[in-house]
Amino acid sequence: MNLTNLRKITPVALAFALGPLCETALAQPPEAIFRLDRLNALITIILFSFFILLYTHWAKQGKPLFLRKIPGLDAVEEAVGRATEMGRPVLFIPGIDELDQIETIAGISILGRVAKITAQYDTPLVVPVRYPLVLAAGQEVVKQAYIEMGKQDAYDEDTVLYVAGEQFAFTANVNGYMMRERPATNIYMGAFFAESLLLAETGNAAGSIQIAGTARPEQLPFFIAACDYTLMGEELFAASAYLSHEPLMLGGLKGQDLIKVLIIVCILIGSILATFGYGETFIEWFNAV
Amino acid sequence: MTSVAILQIWIVAFFTLALFSFLYKDNPVYKLAEHIFAGLTAGYQVGLVWDTVVIQKLWDPMIYDGKWWLFVPGILGFLMFARFWPKYSWVSRVSLAFVMGTTSGVFITTQLHGLVLPAMKSTMLPLGGGGGLAQAVLAIIVVVGVVSTLIYFYFSKEHTGALGVTAKVGIWFIMISFGAHFGYTVMGRVSLLIGRVYFLFYDWFGTFSEIF
Repeated sequence: MNLTNLRKITPVALAFALGPLCETALAQPPEAIFRLDRLNALITIILFSFFILLYTHWAKQGKPLFLRKIPGLDAVEEAVGRATEMGRPVLFIPGIDELDQIETIAGISILGRVAKITAQYDTPLVVPVRYPLVLAAGQEVVKQAYIEMGKQDAYDEDTVLYVAGEQFAFTANVNGYMMRERPATNIYMGAFFAESLLLAETGNAAGSIQIAGTARPEQLPFFIAACDYTLMGEELFAASAYLSHEPLMLGGLKGQDLIKVLIIVCILIGSILATFGYGETFIEWFNAV
Repeated sequence: MTSVAILQIWIVAFFTLALFSFLYKDNPVYKLAEHIFAGLTAGYQVGLVWDTVVIQKLWDPMIYDGKWWLFVPGILGFLMFARFWPKYSWVSRVSLAFVMGTTSGVFITTQLHGLVLPAMKSTMLPLGGGGGLAQAVLAIIVVVGVVSTLIYFYFSKEHTGALGVTAKVGIWFIMISFGAHFGYTVMGRVSLLIGRVYFLFYDWFGTFSEIF
C-alpha cells in the first residue's frame, strides 16, 4: 500500500472508529491526519522515547545510575530543617500558571517531595495557588505525601490554598503573608512572570532562605539576584527525579541526558558539513513545519 | 470631567498608593487593598469562567450547535465537584490525571517540533569565513554557546576536567544571556512605574483643580 492510499483510508477508518469526533478532521485535507512533512518530529519522538524507556528499564533492574550534585536541590532539605528549628512555616509556590503548563506539573511534583520532608519534621507548610486545578492537584499531592510518611492526621486541608486568580492580586496577597508570618523558607518552583522579583525581594526582606526554580529565562536573573539558590531551566525538570531517587524518574532523566548528547552530536555534524558546503539535506531534516 | 470619572480616578489612585505603601512596610491600608483586590478578582473570575467557558464553550455549542460530544470535557469538569464530598473526592483525580497526562504528551510534541528541532537547525551554521569574518565569529559563538550550555545541563557526569571547563563556558553564556534579559526586563518595569507615576501626577492631580 502506498502512502497516498494510506492518507485516503486513514481519515475514513478513524471516522468510523471515533464517530463525530473526526468530523473536523475529515473536513480538512487528508494530510491533516498524517503529515509526512512532520515525519522528523515522529522519528525524533520515537528515538527519544526509546532512550528514556531503555534507561527506565535499566533503572528498574537496579543498575546504579549516577547523577551529579545540584546544589539548589541539596539545599531543600537543609532549608526545611531550618524552618523546623525556627518553628516557622515553609512557603511553597508552584508557579502562577495553570496545570496545563509543564513547569506547573514539575512544581507540583517537587511539592510532593517537599511535603514529605515537612511531614517528616512536622513543619507547617503553606502552598498558595492561583488556579483551582492547581489547588486540587496540590492538595492531592500533599495529602499523598503525608499519608506516605504515616502522618495522615497531621495533614491540613488548608495547607494548599487558593489565593486569587489575578497575577498581582495573588502577588500582593503572598507578599503580605510573607511580611506578616515571616516563613523561614520560601520555595518557588514553576512558571513565574513579572511577579518573580516582587515575591523574591519581599521574601529576602522578610529574612527567609529562598530556593527558586523556573524555566523562564527572562525571570531567572531576578531569582538569581534575590534567592539563595536557583534552579535554572532543565534543573527544575530534573528536580523531582533528583529528590525522589525513584528508578523510574532517574531513568527518564538519564535518557534525557543521552538525548542531549545526541543533539550536540547532530549540531556539530551539521555545522561541520555546512562549513564544507555540504549537509543541506541533513540540516533540512530538522526543519519544522 | 464627570463626577463618576473623577470618582474612578480617585479609587484607582487610592489603590495605587495603598499598594505602594508596602514599600514602607506592611500596614492596614495595604492589607485592605490586598484583600479587596483578591476578593474582586475571585468574584470576577467566577463570572468570567461561567460566561466564557461554561456558556460559550460548553453549553451553547452542545445545545444549539449539536456538538454533543462536548459532554466529555463537561463531565470531566463536573467530576471536580466531587471534591466537596471527602468520600468521593478520589473521583476528581480522573480529571486531574487527564489534564496532567495530556499536558505532558502535548508538550513533548510541541516543544520538540516548535523549539528543539528549529533551534538545532538554526545552530548548524558554517564555521568558516564564507560570509565574512564577522559572520564566522558569530557562528562560532552560537555553536560554542549552545553546545557548552547543553553540557552544563548534562547531569550524568561530574563537571570535572574537560567537561567541567566546557560547562563553565556554558554558565558564562547563560549568565551573559541573563544579564541581557535582566536589563531588558528592568526597562519594561521602569516604563510600568512611569505609567503609574504619570497617572498620579497628571490624571489624579488633574482632578484637584476640578474638585478644589
